Amino acid sequence: MALFNLHKNTFKHGIHPPESKDETNGLPIRQFPFAPVIILPMAQHIGAPSQIVVREGQEVQRGQLLAKANGYVSVPMHAPVSGKVRKIANVPTISGKMSTGIYIEAFPFSTQEVLEGNPIDPDTATPEEILQGIQDAGIVGLGGAAFPTHVKLKVPEGKTCETLIINGVECEPYLTTDHRVMLEQEDDIFTGIKYLLKATGAKKAIIGIEANKQDAADHLVQNIPKGLPVSVQVLPVKYPQGAEKMLITSILGKEIPSGKLPIEAGAVVVNVATTAEIGRLLPHGRGIQERVITITGPGVKKKGNYLIPVGTPLRYVLEQVGVDEDISEVYMGGPMMGMAVSNLDISIVKGTSGILVFTKKDVNRSTTIYPCIKCGACVDACPILLNPSKLGILAKFEAYNEMASDFNLMDCFECGSCTYVCPSHIPLVQYFRQAKRIVRKREADKKEKAHA
Amino acid sequence: MLKKTLDISSSPHIYKGRSTNEIMKNVVWALLPVVFFSVYSFGLNALLVIATATFASVLTEHVLCRLSKKETTIGDYSAVITGLLLGLTLPPSFPLWMAFIGGIIGIALGKYIFGGLGYNVFNPALVARAVLQAAFPVAITTWHPAFLTDRFSSIASSVFTLPFMEPKFDVISGATPLSAFKFDGVTTSTAELAFGQVSGSAGETCAVIIILGGIYLIARNMMNWRIPAAVLLSAFVLSGILYSINSELYPSPWFMLFSGGLMLGAVFMATDMVSSPITPIGLWIYGGIIGILTIVIRVWGGLSEGVMYSILLANAISPHIDSIIKNRVYGTKRKIKTA
Repeated sequence: MALFNLHKNTFKHGIHPPESKDETNGLPIRQFPFAPVIILPMAQHIGAPSQIVVREGQEVQRGQLLAKANGYVSVPMHAPVSGKVRKIANVPTISGKMSTGIYIEAFPFSTQEVLEGNPIDPDTATPEEILQGIQDAGIVGLGGAAFPTHVKLKVPEGKTCETLIINGVECEPYLTTDHRVMLEQEDDIFTGIKYLLKATGAKKAIIGIEANKQDAADHLVQNIPKGLPVSVQVLPVKYPQGAEKMLITSILGKEIPSGKLPIEAGAVVVNVATTAEIGRLLPHGRGIQERVITITGPGVKKKGNYLIPVGTPLRYVLEQVGVDEDISEVYMGGPMMGMAVSNLDISIVKGTSGILVFTKKDVNRSTTIYPCIKCGACVDACPILLNPSKLGILAKFEAYNEMASDFNLMDCFECGSCTYVCPSHIPLVQYFRQAKRIVRKREADKKEKAHA
Repeated sequence: MLKKTLDISSSPHIYKGRSTNEIMKNVVWALLPVVFFSVYSFGLNALLVIATATFASVLTEHVLCRLSKKETTIGDYSAVITGLLLGLTLPPSFPLWMAFIGGIIGIALGKYIFGGLGYNVFNPALVARAVLQAAFPVAITTWHPAFLTDRFSSIASSVFTLPFMEPKFDVISGATPLSAFKFDGVTTSTAELAFGQVSGSAGETCAVIIILGGIYLIARNMMNWRIPAAVLLSAFVLSGILYSINSELYPSPWFMLFSGGLMLGAVFMATDMVSSPITPIGLWIYGGIIGILTIVIRVWGGLSEGVMYSILLANAISPHIDSIIKNRVYGTKRKIKTA
């Protein structure tokens, strides 16, 4: 098959949903006002929740450490605002679970100056010091996954990282945060790349950008500092190119073996906004306090890209931007993989890349589910080349083990392309999400039994 | 103040907005020109046969849904397609009561007992035709000539045969190009075949219109181009090889391609999504089997036509093709599993 595997600058399959980025991609990033009360959940990254080190009633300055990392796969949390810790209590999160959280009452007349920490010099620091600095800054993947960045950057013993890939793809419709960051924060991005090259030992960095952000690509190319081994690669527009595996295939023409990490292909992938954050925070030893978020969707009045303090309550955000009377669904993240919000009392977290508001008429979900007619649209869409049609039929019969053992269920990363294209409106990815969870639980149970 | 309750749903939150019944409707649109040409060339006879088969299919679907206390599924247009396809594969002067029975059989035995749309193993229209072929071998091989001058004013007497009576066929009956070749050694020119100047089943005669319907569906991404391509290519290659070995004994590949039901079968029957494989390689194999079998039956078999049985056989193999031929999953080595 080598004949047909010529490297085409993109991955196989995928879909082309309407981009819907025009309304916000021309709007510069604007500072969002501080909410009177900031609610900061401790579980907003993958891994152990942060451990609180302040007490109720304590006054904190913006940037001050509020909670320390609880172990290796965990990050600390810093005060997004100067104020007073009003209480420490359980707070709701988007998943529906409660998490310990800190309520901070902002000082209304504070200058909101950010506390400085120990600066890290990219030229003299060792890779370990940089990784430590990244953890200390509380940095997680800002693309949405919120996985602690220092863990991801740690190249395992015996492996080498050849290429650092900076992910500026932003393939989710509606979202324009990475686009604006690339247009406005080029210096931070290149400083960040300097740190990342050193931390990973990579020889070069490639910034992957989809063709619908040609202006950002041109802007970065013009501003590459002398001597920094960075190149920009413009990729054809296709969802889900921003997924790590797909991006590596697009840029390097290699596949990541099933169940393995990008380092198998000699690459580490870091989101572009995360890179900018590293470049901005580490020279000052600061912690992350805010992030850029696209607020858009047909139900929003003042659409835009905003720099919003972490912990700002969603309700406050929506009140500030103004939403239509008949809003029906609110999503955090993009429309393909973002999560629907059930409760406006949750907070903006580090992983929130977008807030999308749909009114009743924008939700075009069909209520009629037809039987699978095996049209193969899902097979042609799946970027992992699974057979969602077959998996969907098996899921209906609850044959979860067979789905995993014979049809590579666990390779599904839930991009939702199959559900998007299905003419029978079968909730395929929703089935797979559930099936994966059940398979994982069964496997854990089995292991537990074997140990007992 | 913001509204308190929000709807929640699991991602994705946007959809392509295409639906199964939209695909089915478009197949019907693509079939209509074929129906029009059929009526144009065979007159009222063809109109009655196609209408009866379609009516019987839709009625059966509706009644069966009602009997099993389910909401009727005639709105998904799949029964219409089955009926139209059945009508188009029957001789134009076919007795109506037989066509009606065919419609019932197609839906009831071809589709409904398997669980309805999406679960049928075989193309329902071809199941019906196969049963009719076994039950009424004379009626289904008695062909009516095309372009009779009185085709819009008179109806062949056989059409109104009373149920369970032996039909009486008019004396003049046209041989199809395939039977003319097989039994009399006469070939028909490709141009006549392509533009439907010949006798045959109601809807199989004009290859050009069928191809246009196929192109429409392929362009709208509602049909997998690989199936007709594989069927026609394999039929062409095999008959081409035979023709080059002995052009006296075997007809030219162009004749094979444009005669009989091959075009209608390749474009509208073999492409039934439900009863065909799902992976690209599987589709090529499936189409190849149909094309080769068709030629084998036509050349060496006792029947002059072999498309129907080829497709039915390939339908039966299709689930096995799917379980053996799988896409190579990203990040894995290709594995061909025999399960």
